[in-house]
Amino acid sequence: MGVIHVTDRTGKRHTLECIEGWRVMEIIRDWGLPIEGLCGGACECATCHVFVNEDWLGRLYPATDEEEDQLDTVVTRPTSRLSCQIIWTPELDGLELTLAPASG
Amino acid sequence: MTDNIETDVVVIGAGPVGLFAVFELGLLDIKCHLIDILPKVGGQCAELYPEKPIYDIPGFPMVTGQGLVDNLLAQIEPFHPTFHLNEMVESVEPIGTAEAPLFRVKTAENGTTFICKALVIAAGGGSFQPKKPPIENIEAYEGTGVFYAVRHMQMFRNKRVLIVGGGDSALDWTVNLQPLAKRLTLLHRRDAFRAAPHTVEKMRNLVASGDMDLHLGQVTHLKGKSPVLEGVSIKKDDGSIVDVACDVLLPFFGLTMKLGPIADWGLNLHENLIPVDTEKFETSVPGIFAIGDINTYPGKLKLILSGFHEGALAAQKVHRYVYPDKKLLFQYTTSSTSLQKKLGVAA
Repeated sequence: MGVIHVTDRTGKRHTLECIEGWRVMEIIRDWGLPIEGLCGGACECATCHVFVNEDWLGRLYPATDEEEDQLDTVVTRPTSRLSCQIIWTPELDGLELTLAPASG
Repeated sequence: MTDNIETDVVVIGAGPVGLFAVFELGLLDIKCHLIDILPKVGGQCAELYPEKPIYDIPGFPMVTGQGLVDNLLAQIEPFHPTFHLNEMVESVEPIGTAEAPLFRVKTAENGTTFICKALVIAAGGGSFQPKKPPIENIEAYEGTGVFYAVRHMQMFRNKRVLIVGGGDSALDWTVNLQPLAKRLTLLHRRDAFRAAPHTVEKMRNLVASGDMDLHLGQVTHLKGKSPVLEGVSIKKDDGSIVDVACDVLLPFFGLTMKLGPIADWGLNLHENLIPVDTEKFETSVPGIFAIGDINTYPGKLKLILSGFHEGALAAQKVHRYVYPDKKLLFQYTTSSTSLQKKLGVAA
């Protein structure tokens, strides 16, 4: 067991308990935070876009080409990732991230 | 186009669930017209994940999104449904009674009007619409300085055009509008493009010959006095901010799904979903059914197979509206010669 810390679009920080093997998008959605995840985690829509805390960025598996292609469809920052492409493991206990603004 | 199209059922959404509903309705001699906002059939399966394998369709250990759509099209072919693609249903007006429902359904683009006895909403997550980037105040310039699609190229003649994106739409319009535009700039977040290689090469040649500009970065804000756009600020890769003067901004960030006009049809909604009963999958309006991802009920699972089941049950009730005097006999396609005749496979 472990947690992630998610800052929502109003600036409120939530600490969410995690389950190993779940996608971070699924964890965020399961706790009821507003993340769309339209395609269901297939890396096909970029509606689960998050900004990862810089200290954590290098500790994640780098984005695949497929994820980069999807990130092309949103307004990114250097810390942008798709949360459906981050699988939670105990090494990610304490992961800190922020929900990106929703596309209109 | 002033003639009304009269039909038994209008199905809104030509995704897998809408397609299979045509099959179930067809077995009951119910004729369908399908309407979809996309230029092709298949919904999310065809638009979002045509190449992705799906593993939970009964009877298919693995099928791709497009493979499933192709098979469904072959399956419903005997019923000759009529497709109205590139059209969005804007209004639904009940003109019948609760016992004998009748609806006038109008589309937005070329204003086709349908008169139908039942309406099946199989619209998934809603209608696909261009993704609007979250840039402050962008709405104030929409239709004057910001466009999410190109309808008439001439609108951009002698304009300073800024295109944002790295996919096929962004690159195609870059090479197509460059000869017309006063100056064309392409902005993308990285120096890699998903578009067709020959289009990317054309763009690179135009940059090399000085006939257009390419910037790597992101739009941070818009400049101008709305509704007149004057330029944008761009944050480049290295963190520096540059201003680019432009008259029009064309963001091509792909598609997303929005509930859209469905919200205005007088149906009860719950968190952008349509509540239905689990016997007939009928909505709060008699004669309007909702199946697939767009509906909600206790225990709902957003699976394609759930949508297939929902379509089969909805068809039973639709039959009562379309043929109020006919008794519906439950039959199997394996044994019923009448069903086999409809499918064109009778011996």
